[in-house]
Amino acid sequence: MHDHPVSIIENPSRSEAPNPREITTEPRFSDRVFRAVVSSGGFISLFLLGLISFFLLFNGLSIFRSEGLSFVTTFEWVAESVGDGTEASFGIGAMLYGTLVTGFIGLLFGFPLALGAALFLSYYAPEWLKKPMVLVVDVMAAIPSIVFGLWGFFVLMPQAVEWARLINKYFGFIPIFSMPGDFYTRSPFIAGLVLAIMIIPIITSISREVFAQTPLDRIQAAYALGATRWSMIRAVVIPYGRGGVIGGAMLGLGRAIGETVAVYTVLNLVYDIFPQVLVSAGGSVASLIVNKFSEAGEQELKALMAAGFVLFIVTLVVNFLANAIINRTARQG
Amino acid sequence: MSTVTDNKPQEPIVPNKSSVPKPIKPWKATPKQLLPDFFGALGAVVLTLAVIAFSPMAGMLGYILTFIVISIITAASISWIRQDRKAAANSVSTLVIYFLAAFVLLPVVSVIFEIIRKGAPGLSFGIFSGDMSVTAPDAPLNEGGLLHALVGSFYVVALATIVSIPIGILTALYLTEVKGKAAGTVRFFVQAMSGVPSIVAGLFIYAVWMITLGGTYTTAAGALALAILMIPTVARTAEEVLKLIPTDLREAGLALGATQWKTVALVVIPAARSGLITAVILGTSRVAGETAPLLLTIGGNDAMNWNPFSGNNAALPFYVWKNFGAGSEFSSARAWTGIFVLMVVVMVFFTIARVLGNKKG
Repeated sequence: MHDHPVSIIENPSRSEAPNPREITTEPRFSDRVFRAVVSSGGFISLFLLGLISFFLLFNGLSIFRSEGLSFVTTFEWVAESVGDGTEASFGIGAMLYGTLVTGFIGLLFGFPLALGAALFLSYYAPEWLKKPMVLVVDVMAAIPSIVFGLWGFFVLMPQAVEWARLINKYFGFIPIFSMPGDFYTRSPFIAGLVLAIMIIPIITSISREVFAQTPLDRIQAAYALGATRWSMIRAVVIPYGRGGVIGGAMLGLGRAIGETVAVYTVLNLVYDIFPQVLVSAGGSVASLIVNKFSEAGEQELKALMAAGFVLFIVTLVVNFLANAIINRTARQG
Repeated sequence: MSTVTDNKPQEPIVPNKSSVPKPIKPWKATPKQLLPDFFGALGAVVLTLAVIAFSPMAGMLGYILTFIVISIITAASISWIRQDRKAAANSVSTLVIYFLAAFVLLPVVSVIFEIIRKGAPGLSFGIFSGDMSVTAPDAPLNEGGLLHALVGSFYVVALATIVSIPIGILTALYLTEVKGKAAGTVRFFVQAMSGVPSIVAGLFIYAVWMITLGGTYTTAAGALALAILMIPTVARTAEEVLKLIPTDLREAGLALGATQWKTVALVVIPAARSGLITAVILGTSRVAGETAPLLLTIGGNDAMNWNPFSGNNAALPFYVWKNFGAGSEFSSARAWTGIFVLMVVVMVFFTIARVLGNKKG
């Protein structure tokens, strides 16, 4: 090729000139196929989410019909109508309440820790400590929930029971810390502690991402004006990243609400609402499903599907809000 | 004073030490400046011991809480006396953040320590060669094994991976290459999908597979449930990876006359290959330990089942769950050993993903 440059002008013997390429913005056939395949692949996630809500709603519909709003407000869970006239009735009110309580306890403990860790990693940690610490947080995110469940049951619970005793001893006059007897194991408090540990990684990593986007010139401006590290964080980092951090916390809450196995191992499910958080009685919709599933009859299974639908919608709404907040924070200048 | 301008490490002649001017670091605290900090820390320790000795506080918790409170008070008062209120706020917040970060490390260290302490004694060659078909959960540890669970886990995870690779990567390609009108919406829903509770994925597969299609418990059903949880992880990580591929590469491919399909297949994907593998392995490590969806879909089994498309099967998380539920001393030990093996599997995936992810190119 290099030795014999082929040129149409210098080589008149060549009769047919190459067809000029058609210049067009129309995609070719292969591209149209490619785009169609990729687009349909991209929509599968949307489709799956639709399918999930459809199937859970479809299977739970008869329960929603028969129970109405009382499905989410009443506390009784009677699987089958028995001889003495008790009707089968399904209500997940106590479980929903319990889910929110354990979730908020998890957030109460997990959020400050995660925020502290994120600030530490972004602004305080010496260079040599950053990588190992990020690794530890990532490992934490990779530990399966059943591991946290067993660890919570065998290792954390004996300790946490003592802490709960101390809280009751010194703060027992506050109604939520009061105690009718010595029932400290498997309480919402302990489940909340386990959840706190499980949601730390996601809050930490989202917060770090947001902090990393803080404009450097504002940070340097704060330092140049004589700010200490803490006043810089208060004046620049926190206002800038507030939305993202709140979004991260909500994502954590979403995780906590949907967590099943870890909560089930450390929480005693009781179908009633107890305002005391140290008492061995709590609820969780996800744990209810695992708890009742293996022995569920046809009717009860439908109720579990309905409970799953409620859980799905709640987590979806929390996640939507969280992501909307995070995305908006990420875009702002 | 002679100046050494170029001090290469290979040079055999070591320059006279006194002739090299010491770099000045004016921002570094001198030992004299650090002295109050040192005495403050020492004072905090001494004060803690004193308080513990003369108060009803006791135990690890007592020491830790007292130390935190006292060290914060000490730091605040030292910097307030030496400087002002702002300095005090700064040193208090610094200490608080250090303590918070330390508390984040604690549970991880404890979890790993306990897994090794409680799980390692049950390890033996026997657990990798036998199943539980003729062994009761509370039988001594030298009987039975968890090979059936390991095989089951391998099947579930492998099938879930096979299902979620194409969907996850197509989603990522849609978001980065096709950039259709709905890209924003799809990205938003994929984000939301990664928050779907695992139990809901299990219920969904149960509703489709068992109730609607009339199927029975199988490994494949469990794999589909895991795939739902795996797709968003794969899609989001793959999207991040594809975003990092320079646009120049794509434009070069198109400028050479390649169609978009050829550009993606022969330029973009090969360039992103190791990143895409990382995405898949990250997804795998996320679902390998999932328990809740498997409880609803694979049925559990104490014997080996080599057929992933028919019959109940076991999996490592299921094995742990079952032995934990049995509640005896030996079954708990079995559960911890199961967790040990599970963690090793998860950590192997995790490490591979890390090593590949850190390797650039």
